[in-house]
Amino acid sequence: MTTSEVPTDNGVNVQALLDARTALVDAPEAAQFTWRASNEWVRGTHSQSEINGFFGLGAEQAHRVATSFDADHPEIFASEDHGPTPVEFVLVGLASCLTAGIAAVAQNRGIQLNSVKATLEGDMDVLGILGGDPETRNGFNEIRVHYDIDADAAPEEIEALVAQSQKRSAVFDAVTNPTSVTVSVN
Amino acid sequence: MVIERGEVANSWRTQRWDALRLLTPNWLSALPGFAYDGDDPHGFMTMPEVASFIDRYSVAIDAPVLTGTAVTDVRSVEGGYHVTTDDAIWEAPTVMLASGGFNLPHVPDIAAEVPESVEAISPLDYRRPDQLRAGRVLVVGASATGIQLADEIHRSGRPVTLAVGEHVRMPRVYRGRDVMWWISMTGLWDERYDAIDDVVRGRHIPSPQLVGTPDRTTLDLNALTSQGVELVGRLGTIRDGVALFSGSLRNVCSLADLKLGRLLDRFDEWALDSGVNGTVDAPHRFEPTRIETESRLSLDLCSGEIATIVWATGFRPDYSWLQVPVLDRRGRLRHDGGVVTGAPGMYAIGLTLLRRRKSSFIHGAEDDARELTDHLAAHVGAPVGAT
Repeated sequence: MTTSEVPTDNGVNVQALLDARTALVDAPEAAQFTWRASNEWVRGTHSQSEINGFFGLGAEQAHRVATSFDADHPEIFASEDHGPTPVEFVLVGLASCLTAGIAAVAQNRGIQLNSVKATLEGDMDVLGILGGDPETRNGFNEIRVHYDIDADAAPEEIEALVAQSQKRSAVFDAVTNPTSVTVSVN
Repeated sequence: MVIERGEVANSWRTQRWDALRLLTPNWLSALPGFAYDGDDPHGFMTMPEVASFIDRYSVAIDAPVLTGTAVTDVRSVEGGYHVTTDDAIWEAPTVMLASGGFNLPHVPDIAAEVPESVEAISPLDYRRPDQLRAGRVLVVGASATGIQLADEIHRSGRPVTLAVGEHVRMPRVYRGRDVMWWISMTGLWDERYDAIDDVVRGRHIPSPQLVGTPDRTTLDLNALTSQGVELVGRLGTIRDGVALFSGSLRNVCSLADLKLGRLLDRFDEWALDSGVNGTVDAPHRFEPTRIETESRLSLDLCSGEIATIVWATGFRPDYSWLQVPVLDRRGRLRHDGGVVTGAPGMYAIGLTLLRRRKSSFIHGAEDDARELTDHLAAHVGAPVGAT
């Protein structure tokens, strides 16, 4: 009865994710993950971060390869601009989390993606970080994410993908909701 | 034997606010063999009317109710259960838990962080707006309870800020018919728990943003915004006396708007397929939820701006008297469609999506009760249908 449809392939193994969910509901302690990053000052506002190991499924885990990132500030802040500004890494985290979510949700809903492109803007009044105005916050006042998506689906279905991705995004949650942060020193 | 801690329909009499009416119209609110027989089939029962309806039903079926008797302890014994009340111990081969899912307010842990200068109240203690002090009221939660209380409190002259998380948007009337008519006719009410993708999620779907009023008004977030109610995101936490709201308000509203669109699509498809299209009004869509660009992300609870917080954050069952290990690590009853897991002869009824989407509504009792009593009869070895 059905026509010979090409199976949806966004490169996401949804079955593995669904199986993991079932397994973790029965073994909730294995669902406790700890993500890690290390960071070292280089010079000026330049620092280097490294990402490698993390903890999950009850054991130490590691990425396939370790990755290192340089962060700095632009020259107009009298810095040497050895890399992105830390707040730009926040935008990268948000974008890559939402895009991964869109791919996974699309796969689960049988929607073939042809292209997914996001542009992000975060507005900030830098008088905050410069201590120039006690009424001004340091962080973003607003973040705007715009998606251009080409997929084999109706516009409402694509809107629903983007909405569902936000609903299930760790970084969207981390950015939109308060999180307790403890900073200690040796 | 039906053991009732108060009078018949006790929680309807004693734990509901004054203006509350059922969300289901009278023509739908039927118990087995006992339908509404008044002159307002499209109206919505007030709480005294609900209590009287259930009272008359108990007389009509000559229900063996022991009123004014609280169950204090239920435990397993050989061949069944010991049910301890204020003044007796009953030996029962079978027990039906019919105490409901709305016994206690489900208040988040952060409630402990509310400064003492702010009065906090749950919907079980709330009766009417003039019970609250003057001043702004923060209503936390925007499901049926939250939007109804936000509406009546705001109208009383106490300005309301409403914290909105995930919610279910529904119009009271669509294409000239009550939304409950559409839900009934399209078979949504009868969707079974074992035919739903994710029953755990289904059991946690918030109650729809609906109110039962004589003028059949639609009370959605746009209606509240038009009145001047301030919308903020979900209450994330309270830190140093400051309430912090999520920046996800726009997305939770998009999710609800999209979901409403899919529901109306389903109604429209059914109307076309079933041939009723000509007998109802033309299809249309509702304005998307309007969100101010600059919704507040924080609110200082110590500043005096907020006089009262209403925790409209849901309800949960009270199983403190149930000494049988049938709860999961979240305190939820483990059951398969009302047949309690690991406790032969124990059943539950009236919980959200117990066996069907209608299970927690008055009209949902009949089908569930029939199937569960058949199961119970088989368990005690009586012929099925003889109960």
